[in-house]
Amino acid sequence: MFLNNRKAAYLLAAFFLIIALFLGISVGTVSVPFLTIVKIFANLISPTEIFDVDKMQANIVYNIRLPRVILSGLVGASLAIAGCSFQGLLRNPLADPYTLGVSSGASVGAVATLFFHISIPVLGGYTLPVLSILSAFITILCVLLFARRLDPAMKVETIILTGIIFSSFLAAFISLFIALTGDELRQIIGWLLGSVSMRGWVYIQMFLPFFVVGCLLLLLQGKELNILAFGEERAQHLGVQVRFRKILILLAGSMLTGAAVAVSGTIGFVGLVIPHLIRLLTGPDHRHVLPLSIIVGSGFLILADLLARSIISPAELPIGVITALAGAPVFAVLLLNHRRKGR
Amino acid sequence: MLEAKGLSFHYGKKKVLENITFSVQKGEMLGILGPNGSGKTTLFKLISGILEPDSGDLFIKERKLTQYKQKELARIISTLSQQTIETFSYTVKEIVSMGRYAHQIGWIQGLTVEDKAIISRAMEQTGISHYSDSLIGELSGGEKQRVYLAQCLAQEPEILLLDEPTNHLDLSFQKELLDTLKMWSRDKGLTIVCIFHDLNLASLYCDRLLLLHHNQIESDANPREVLQENTIKKVYKTDVMRTLHPQVPAAQLVISPESAEKSGQEVIGEEHLHISHDYISITTNFPLKTLSSGVTGAGVGWHKYFVNRHVNKDYHCDDYKVEMNSYLENNGFLPSETVGMMTAVELEDAAYGSYQAGASSVFIVVTASVGHAVDAALSEQHPSYILPGTINLWIFINGELSEQAFLQCAMTATEAKTSVLRNRQVADPLTGTTATGTPTDSLLIAATQSGEHHEFAGTITSLGKVVAKGVYECLTEALDRRESSIKAREEG
Repeated sequence: MFLNNRKAAYLLAAFFLIIALFLGISVGTVSVPFLTIVKIFANLISPTEIFDVDKMQANIVYNIRLPRVILSGLVGASLAIAGCSFQGLLRNPLADPYTLGVSSGASVGAVATLFFHISIPVLGGYTLPVLSILSAFITILCVLLFARRLDPAMKVETIILTGIIFSSFLAAFISLFIALTGDELRQIIGWLLGSVSMRGWVYIQMFLPFFVVGCLLLLLQGKELNILAFGEERAQHLGVQVRFRKILILLAGSMLTGAAVAVSGTIGFVGLVIPHLIRLLTGPDHRHVLPLSIIVGSGFLILADLLARSIISPAELPIGVITALAGAPVFAVLLLNHRRKGR
Repeated sequence: MLEAKGLSFHYGKKKVLENITFSVQKGEMLGILGPNGSGKTTLFKLISGILEPDSGDLFIKERKLTQYKQKELARIISTLSQQTIETFSYTVKEIVSMGRYAHQIGWIQGLTVEDKAIISRAMEQTGISHYSDSLIGELSGGEKQRVYLAQCLAQEPEILLLDEPTNHLDLSFQKELLDTLKMWSRDKGLTIVCIFHDLNLASLYCDRLLLLHHNQIESDANPREVLQENTIKKVYKTDVMRTLHPQVPAAQLVISPESAEKSGQEVIGEEHLHISHDYISITTNFPLKTLSSGVTGAGVGWHKYFVNRHVNKDYHCDDYKVEMNSYLENNGFLPSETVGMMTAVELEDAAYGSYQAGASSVFIVVTASVGHAVDAALSEQHPSYILPGTINLWIFINGELSEQAFLQCAMTATEAKTSVLRNRQVADPLTGTTATGTPTDSLLIAATQSGEHHEFAGTITSLGKVVAKGVYECLTEALDRRESSIKAREEG
């Protein structure tokens, strides 16, 4: 049932990502053919412009499409790998930044930053992502502590339920902010529903450091996540420094989620659907599920964004709507299977 | 190898362990026993480093447990628990490979050639090589436990901790797992500390037992010393009886159900006796405890049917046991519940009688022939092939006998038999001296095990007296009848 050849899985994933990239750049009100895209890239890379391309098309690709596609790719990758690590750590295939309330936590941080016009001098432009990440991390800690109080065994359903309670509670805060907001209402709501439009290179620059650090940290936890899937005590018996790794994974996961929320709002279900799909294809070994999540997650969100902006073009759907439409049914199926297995 | 000094632990205000001190030597297999809530699991978690003691110290290889790094500890101690959480469906090989984690240095090192060799050896040793690519979720409980054992072995530990490892396994897997562990501890010097729920399994496999009671160590000694009836009664608050293992010198404890079917008022006597041309039988409504020699049901046991079968003098069968079993079955007796004997004597010559001994009564049935009598004192001179001529003694006792009473009863009956032969001056035809019996004599002592208790049954005890008298009288009568019927046949 698994793709025995892991190389094939990586090739397939890479192929998927490249197709998504090209489609994402190519499709829009002004269509840019694949060949032109290649030419524009070649011009970008080489110091002298080899190919003769239409300046307007090059402009669209470089200033509008490319940053948008890259940003959605980074966000998708972050959410997918964060979801994958939360699932491994909490031994819960239903865990995901969204269902755990981490996304809502990050949103509260971000909305509060926008609402109060907070700007911490040292952080400058990074104030928004840093506060998002911070509130994401605090939220996950609260959820886990609360779930442990509720049920020391930390059953799968308990954690999900706690996540949902926290999500609702935090959503109320966001509603409160919105109600109190006058002129910035549209901006906050649009941001909340999730969008990667009109963010530009600045956002990529803001996002990239968190992305690189978070992904690197998580990619190094493959072996540990594999072992943690057998319970924390078992992991300790096998030699894993459980507490240290747990905090590391939660921190890195929250960092990625928080940063993603800060640039694009809450986009649900990516972290749930992508790792699940990959496990079906290659088995549960986190040393492969983690990197594949990055590749497939980014491709997936690029395509989701493409759909969001082309279905009712020239208007745009929030990207979160697309991922929820695709993800919620998958979540339901997962939950049903989970129940049937009686665990 | 492992030493605990004054360990104490509290959950909140509840005392769980108090002043636990013991040590385990290299290659030793230590069993931890105790009723539910006695602190077994907590002690286990302390040793495996999951919990830290409130006071006291644990030393692993003469170094404090707390001074070990997690990976260092995992290279010495490996743990197998009752059940492991399985979230994702890993393959067997992936799971066993995780056992090497503690030996891998750095954050990204993969499996070395040596690691791979150790992994496949661990899978061979636990007999799971053939499903190395199967998913863990597809395996049965016993197979899973073997996979996790292989994972432990891949850790190459010096100490193996096990928490009721046989809990969810069926009988064959229990034996297999424990046999394997025992072999490793004996041959490779692996130190094993194992929690047991089953006292008898612990008794069979452990070198030493640690019995916990009220959060303290009740006893710490070899299994036969720990598993005393009184100690177990006190700790487990249950009546147990100690019995012996038929093959190995290990103590085994059994319990009796409160509602054990008591034999009631049935008294074995003449009305149970059925004599036909083919066999003499006694059938009881409930099993009697028996000590017997014969063809089936010999030794100590519980039996409901007693059959003394007539066979011709030239009866010969290579597999007489199988033949006897099918004979019993054909006549409506369950072979597993039957004490069966054979005789060449005409069954019409059998003698029987009831005797009263205080509150107990004894019923005796005898078939006898002394055609080939032997003097035990000179039996060396006899060839070893068996000639027919048999005294079969059945002694039914309506009372309760101790084990030694059974044995004494057998001695008393034999002495009475010898006395009959002496008084009749039955001679050993080969030596000319007085015979003491025949080479194929059989004896059955069956007791209802209800009513009056008899601790002894020697010749001068109340029970011994009637057994001796009964055997003497019945055997005399049986021999008289045989003589007269032979005479009658010769004349007629």
